[in-house]
Amino acid sequence: MSAMGSAPEPPQLRPVVSLDGVTKAFGSVVALRDARLELFPGEAHALVGENGAGKSTLIKILAGVHRPDTGIVTVNGETVEFTNTAAAKDAGIAVIYQEPTLFPDLSVAENIFVGRQPRARLGLIDRAVMNREAAALFARLGVPLDPERPAKGLSIADQQIVEIAKAISVDATVLIMDEPTAALSGVEVERLFAVVRGLRDAGAAVLFISHRFDEVEALCQRVTVMRDGAHVSTDLMAEMTIDQIVRRMVGRELGALFPKQDVVPGAVVLEVEALSRAGLFRDVSFQVRAGEIVALAGLVGSGRSEVVQAVFGIDPRDAGTVRVAGRTLPAGNSKAAMRAGVALVPEDRRQQGLILDLSIMRNATLVRRNRLSRFGFLTGGAERREAAEWTRRLQTRYGRLTDPAGTLSGGNQQKVALAKWLATDPKVLIVDEPTRGIDVGTKAEVHRLMSQLAADGVAIVMVSSELPEVLGMADRVLVIREGRLAGELSRAEATEESVMFLATGRGAAA
Amino acid sequence: MTLVARPTDSAPTTRTGSTLLDAVLRFRALGLLIALVAMVAATAAVNSRFVSQQSIRDILLGAAITILLAVGMTVVVLTRGIDLSVGSVLGLSAYVTADFLQVNPGTPVPVAMLLGLAIGAGCGLVNGAVIHFGKVPALVATLGTLYVFRGIVYFVAGGSRINASDMPRGFLDFGTDRVLGIPYLIIVSLVVVVLAGVFLSRYRAGRDMYALGSSPEAAKLAGIPAGRRLLTAYVLCGALAGLGGVLHAARFGTVDASAGSGMELNVVAAVVVGGVAIFGGSGTVFGAALGALLLTVISNALPVLSVDQFWQQAIVGALILGAIGLDRFVGLRVSASLRRKDSHVD
Ligand SMILES: Nc1ncnc2c1ncn2[C@@H]1O[C@H](COP(=O)(O)OP(=O)(O)OP(=O)(O)O)[C@@H](O)[C@H]1O
Ligand SMILES: [Mg+2]
Repeated sequence: MSAMGSAPEPPQLRPVVSLDGVTKAFGSVVALRDARLELFPGEAHALVGENGAGKSTLIKILAGVHRPDTGIVTVNGETVEFTNTAAAKDAGIAVIYQEPTLFPDLSVAENIFVGRQPRARLGLIDRAVMNREAAALFARLGVPLDPERPAKGLSIADQQIVEIAKAISVDATVLIMDEPTAALSGVEVERLFAVVRGLRDAGAAVLFISHRFDEVEALCQRVTVMRDGAHVSTDLMAEMTIDQIVRRMVGRELGALFPKQDVVPGAVVLEVEALSRAGLFRDVSFQVRAGEIVALAGLVGSGRSEVVQAVFGIDPRDAGTVRVAGRTLPAGNSKAAMRAGVALVPEDRRQQGLILDLSIMRNATLVRRNRLSRFGFLTGGAERREAAEWTRRLQTRYGRLTDPAGTLSGGNQQKVALAKWLATDPKVLIVDEPTRGIDVGTKAEVHRLMSQLAADGVAIVMVSSELPEVLGMADRVLVIREGRLAGELSRAEATEESVMFLATGRGAAA
Repeated sequence: MTLVARPTDSAPTTRTGSTLLDAVLRFRALGLLIALVAMVAATAAVNSRFVSQQSIRDILLGAAITILLAVGMTVVVLTRGIDLSVGSVLGLSAYVTADFLQVNPGTPVPVAMLLGLAIGAGCGLVNGAVIHFGKVPALVATLGTLYVFRGIVYFVAGGSRINASDMPRGFLDFGTDRVLGIPYLIIVSLVVVVLAGVFLSRYRAGRDMYALGSSPEAAKLAGIPAGRRLLTAYVLCGALAGLGGVLHAARFGTVDASAGSGMELNVVAAVVVGGVAIFGGSGTVFGAALGALLLTVISNALPVLSVDQFWQQAIVGALILGAIGLDRFVGLRVSASLRRKDSHVD
């Protein structure tokens, strides 16, 4: 395994996994037309591509979720045809899927070990051992989740942690991670990478999908680029620049990441005073002016999302007041917040953001159906026009507007969730991980849109785990640590170090 | 840089979700127990004979068979399914077993029980196969087999009935005899409740039932053998209904083609009242057994309290709605507090 880093395809090694000429269509949507991939033991391999390029479909074929229409999949040199996920697991392939899919009624520990719970005498499940092993996994990841709590109600980041724990708990020879870090902040990502490097050095092959290029550079030796369901190139990471990778992904030049335009802030629109909720956050106060973008930064579990959910009123609050344009909002009443002109794009697009069985069109226009209807009837034309306009602006890839939202790729689902709220002309826009899973090209477009909204006088609150996004977009950064406001940084003061310092309460991000 | 955080006295407290959930589940069982005790106490106050040994034994005997079926139904409901054919399976098993005993009077009781189990398991296999391989919704499939199995009983019985005098003495004694004052039938269903409880909470296959009902999508990704587990659930449910048929024959002595008609609704009601989520994923057989006991107590107590027939039905209905409402309420509270509480320990 030492050969990695010297030549892209070391001749003395046989790939553990290979795909060749794989195609896959869902009805009329062709997800893969010519996918190719080789994974060698001991390498960390990046798979990048735009939203809808077919990355998740490819790994689902490796995982036995989908069967390829044509093409060859081999494991250890032998052609395989996985008919279910159990077969892929038996072949040593562990997968972290893009969308956490947990059993809400089962405990966190059981979610990790389902189907292979540790057993004691007579085949009885040994819960004590199971909980201990789960706790040990969480300790390795540095996120001390309670193994005995049910998975119901976990934040999206914690759900991702559980999925990661599940994958690293098996001694896999191939570890596949589909955007595992999309909701994690720097500290958890570092922990994850330390664990993954350990597995890789022990000889596992790692496939890593991400839209965050700094992470790709930090972890991977080789990179495969996909575009429109086809293989574009595979190279050594060291020989590639990010610009080159991006160019191959999108097939055209891209401008730099979009920084926020300077806007002279107007009157205070959103005032939050001494907001508290037992066990989650306390005494959080801040103001947002028209035209301002205020970012809430902090570690996973620090309470950022909980704060904005209480502000919007989908969660109650124990104490504190929220005022929009001078008028106090009732606690725990999101309808009133919406009427007052507040919009929230939630972090969990699948549970809160979208109705997966409804069509893309209906989802995109859901919040505004009153405005689009005549005499109480939705007029298909208006709805379709609106949806088409927004999906075009956010470069959403789909088959037909009437397809269920659940068939979209992860990033494209996020775009529909964004469209749904961006189009409501809010006074206060709260976005929670707005670009989670969105590719570079569209990320710039989302940032441009947010900047445009701010210039039009919208007050924007943004929760984000991605530091470049925070630093590029925010006029002010509020850092939350353990449920409390640890500090406020102006645009000039905010740097990677100063934010991490406040978020962790110590110097370097460990 | 401006620091606006004020130091606060108390750190956020951590509560663990498990104790919270346990509390809710215990509360749930406790609620059932309280209802049970209140019902018995109120009835006893009106008529003290209600708590005589004989009357208590009758109630428990009546509950024994419902409990048996409720256990099987729980397993199926946990997987997001339902089995409406249990009443018919019970009837089929009761009639065929009684008929067999009439012809072979020397058959030992355990063999009769095995026969009933086998008949029920066969019916369950049909249900499971139609649902899994035919991809027919459980509600529709078992509604169909409810009529099919009942039809078979009528065909086999052809209008005749089997009387106590036709059945061997030893078998009928089994229906009334007791050890240490406890009737055999009650012992059988208690043993079944405990075994099923252990299976569901401590065996991988049992946990898979919860997993399947909790999220079929996640179950698929986790590689849980859904087909095998579903077949197991329906075979188990059928087998217990079959066993219930044998107990029915032993207890009542006379069996005709209509034995067990309409029983499926009682069983579903018991399961729901016992706190098993009708959309799967949560609940226990102990809750379901308590639910069955409560419903039996109510149907025995209301005549003693001279509540008329109409109100009896209405009360059972209100209880079911109340149970569902309570589940919904508790579910919302639990998920709210799970969201509120810090999921991170230490
Ligand atoms: N189950 C499905 N039914 C129909 N279409 C699907 C299904 N799954 C994926 N697709 C389509 O296949 C294409 C590729 O999707 P895929 O999820 O592989 O993209 P991706 O590269 O993972 O994108 P992202 O970066 O957004 O996660 C998309 O156009 C998507 O709409
Ligand atoms: Mg994807």
